[in-house]
Amino acid sequence: MYKYDHVDQKIVDERVEQYQNQLNRFLSKKLTAEEFRPLRLQNGLYIQRHAPMLRVAIPYGLLSSRQLIKLADISDKYDRGYGHFSTRQNIQFNWPKLEDTPLILKELAQVEMHAIQTSGNCIRNITTDQFAGVAEDEIIDPRYIAEILRQWSTFHPEFALLPRKFKIAVTGSKKDRALVQAHDIGLEFFINKDKEMAIKVWVGGGLGRTPVIGSVIKAELKWEHVLTYCEAILRVYNLYGRRDNMYKARIKILVKALGIDAFKELVEDEWKYIKDGPNTIDQQELTRIKAFFTEPDYKINIKSNLEKNKNEKAFNQWLSRCTHDHKKNGYRAVTFSLKSTGSAPGDATSSQMKAVAQLANEYSFGEIRVSHEQNLILADVEENELYNLWTKAKEFHLVTPNIGLLTDIICCPGGDFCSLANAKSIPISQSIQEQFNDMDYLHDIGDLNLNISGCMNACGHHHVGHIGILGVDKDGSEWYQVTLGGNQGNFASIGKVIGPSFSAEEMPVIIKKIIEVYVEKRNEEELFIDCVERLGIDPFKKKIYVQENIKI
Amino acid sequence: MSSQLIIDKEIANDTWVIVELPKIEQVIKMQAGKVVAFKLTGEEYPTSEQIKNTKFPTSGKIILPMKVFMLHQESLKDRLAKSEIGIWLLTHEEIHSNIKKLGNLNCFPLISIFVEKFADGRVFSIGSQLRNKYKFKNELRAFGDVLRDQLFFLKRSGFNSYLIRKDRDAKDAIQGLDDFTNPYQGASDIEQPAWKRNKR
Repeated sequence: MYKYDHVDQKIVDERVEQYQNQLNRFLSKKLTAEEFRPLRLQNGLYIQRHAPMLRVAIPYGLLSSRQLIKLADISDKYDRGYGHFSTRQNIQFNWPKLEDTPLILKELAQVEMHAIQTSGNCIRNITTDQFAGVAEDEIIDPRYIAEILRQWSTFHPEFALLPRKFKIAVTGSKKDRALVQAHDIGLEFFINKDKEMAIKVWVGGGLGRTPVIGSVIKAELKWEHVLTYCEAILRVYNLYGRRDNMYKARIKILVKALGIDAFKELVEDEWKYIKDGPNTIDQQELTRIKAFFTEPDYKINIKSNLEKNKNEKAFNQWLSRCTHDHKKNGYRAVTFSLKSTGSAPGDATSSQMKAVAQLANEYSFGEIRVSHEQNLILADVEENELYNLWTKAKEFHLVTPNIGLLTDIICCPGGDFCSLANAKSIPISQSIQEQFNDMDYLHDIGDLNLNISGCMNACGHHHVGHIGILGVDKDGSEWYQVTLGGNQGNFASIGKVIGPSFSAEEMPVIIKKIIEVYVEKRNEEELFIDCVERLGIDPFKKKIYVQENIKI
Repeated sequence: MSSQLIIDKEIANDTWVIVELPKIEQVIKMQAGKVVAFKLTGEEYPTSEQIKNTKFPTSGKIILPMKVFMLHQESLKDRLAKSEIGIWLLTHEEIHSNIKKLGNLNCFPLISIFVEKFADGRVFSIGSQLRNKYKFKNELRAFGDVLRDQLFFLKRSGFNSYLIRKDRDAKDAIQGLDDFTNPYQGASDIEQPAWKRNKR
């Protein structure tokens, strides 16, 4: 993975100093709360319901075991012994003291980490595929371009105060696991007909209250132009995006208002002036960064011993759901589920974090990845070590075999923590997990993404969940709207609302009914999402509303 | 009170007089993006009335609203030649659509951008366009809600002159110019990115 040199280290060190100074000025009343707000947000600091929340960046979801141990230590020292992994592959601490935040940043800087641009109206953490570098279907490893983009976007002077937040995702595999079409800019790497790396550029996608699938602005961009082209897009957005209404300020609204062709024309016009300029990447820089993402020392001729444990049901369920194909023979990628029943999705205790770090050292070259589905991944595990790994991880409740299943719920912190939320989301996720705690039934239902957001800001990506749940506020009480048929990946789609919303108590039963319709109507081997696509939402509506005598 | 103006890295005396637009009652959505501003209000801002009614001194160095300058462009020729005329823009005003009439921007010894609100980052892109697209070489100034924590970004976006908001200490603000010593990306002040400037 990428290692800081003197340039990187200096920037994070100077950031700690700058932030300490900003906080001091705020505490000594030289800055008003309103003036301090954009400054603290650019450093991932929110003022939440109970305490400030600090969001720490995990660039493209990649962590070393040393960094994960530091995060665990911070959660013990400054928080309540746990952290929350977010859908942007970051980690959030929910209970730090405001005065402690510079100390936390100082500790983070010791392990090449920071909270830069984890919030605020700027370019946020660049995200990618959690299986980057090891996926079988990978064409180009997206991580080195992600790192080049990270450096370019860090304190980019022109884009420090955009109309609204700006999210970039990159993917380099056939199956898009990074949701590039649901981002402000999505970059899809491919090999062109001259056998060179090229980029398909998507723009104006996004979730939030107006979900939009992005449009292609450039079908083929040469890799060396990626920074200048992004710069042109951002300049047009910065100048022309709406600033009068925060709900209409994302780039997707601008692209829609202008139309993709007119938007593209403006971008191309700006690009003319900077194309081939100083920020054009050269081969030397590409090679330098690429060298950080070389293959680890894989063993050859690993003899699989999985046969030995073939009768152990729990292990085999885990094997089928939580381990994934690897480009190298004899290796698998392993997902540790942070979605066990009774825990908040994405939460990890400090002892879990330390255990994962230890296991990464023992079994996976000391590296960990965070997925946008809010789980932790060891990317390079030898097949014949899987049983040992499973046995050890079990002690820390990290082996719930539910990856990709109904209870692998993507969920925002919701009304329990977040002051933007209309409704709680964690209790809904917990009640659904309790409803579906029979592992055999879950495995029979098969692949299903259930996503929950506590408000329209859609941090829980509810629009692209096969089943999406959105918390809404009606006359001061909490209700939940259900959507069906959303999808992520290459065939991304936005779910359709099935009808009037439900109370929290009704939710597990509603989900149960949806699943019953599927189980009854599915063709052999047909996945939930395909079944919804084939049938439409009517049969589901019927079961839920008509039988309840609720008017549609 | 000492001067609120910083030029490059020093407190400097302000030798210019800013000419303001006459106030109008109507609420104009200046924070709307350029594309939607007109659609939302149906009004140009500044209005043609405001432009027409703007009074300005007949001698000395003055900074005129861009549109006011354009209205009096002919009669200001001599003063412009004497380097007495600068212009200022609102962040939603376009140089692009006025550049033909304005001509070579380097005839202005100073261009100034009014920042209505701290969070209005359009000022940075305007600076960057002025320096890189329009090759403006002279003094580029930000005024209005200009505070310490914008200065580093303003400097990197091509500004070299900052009129700090009246209630703040300009000497304190100067320190903001040096928040970071070796930035990653190439921009208007340091054109080459870190990987070309440093041995990495």
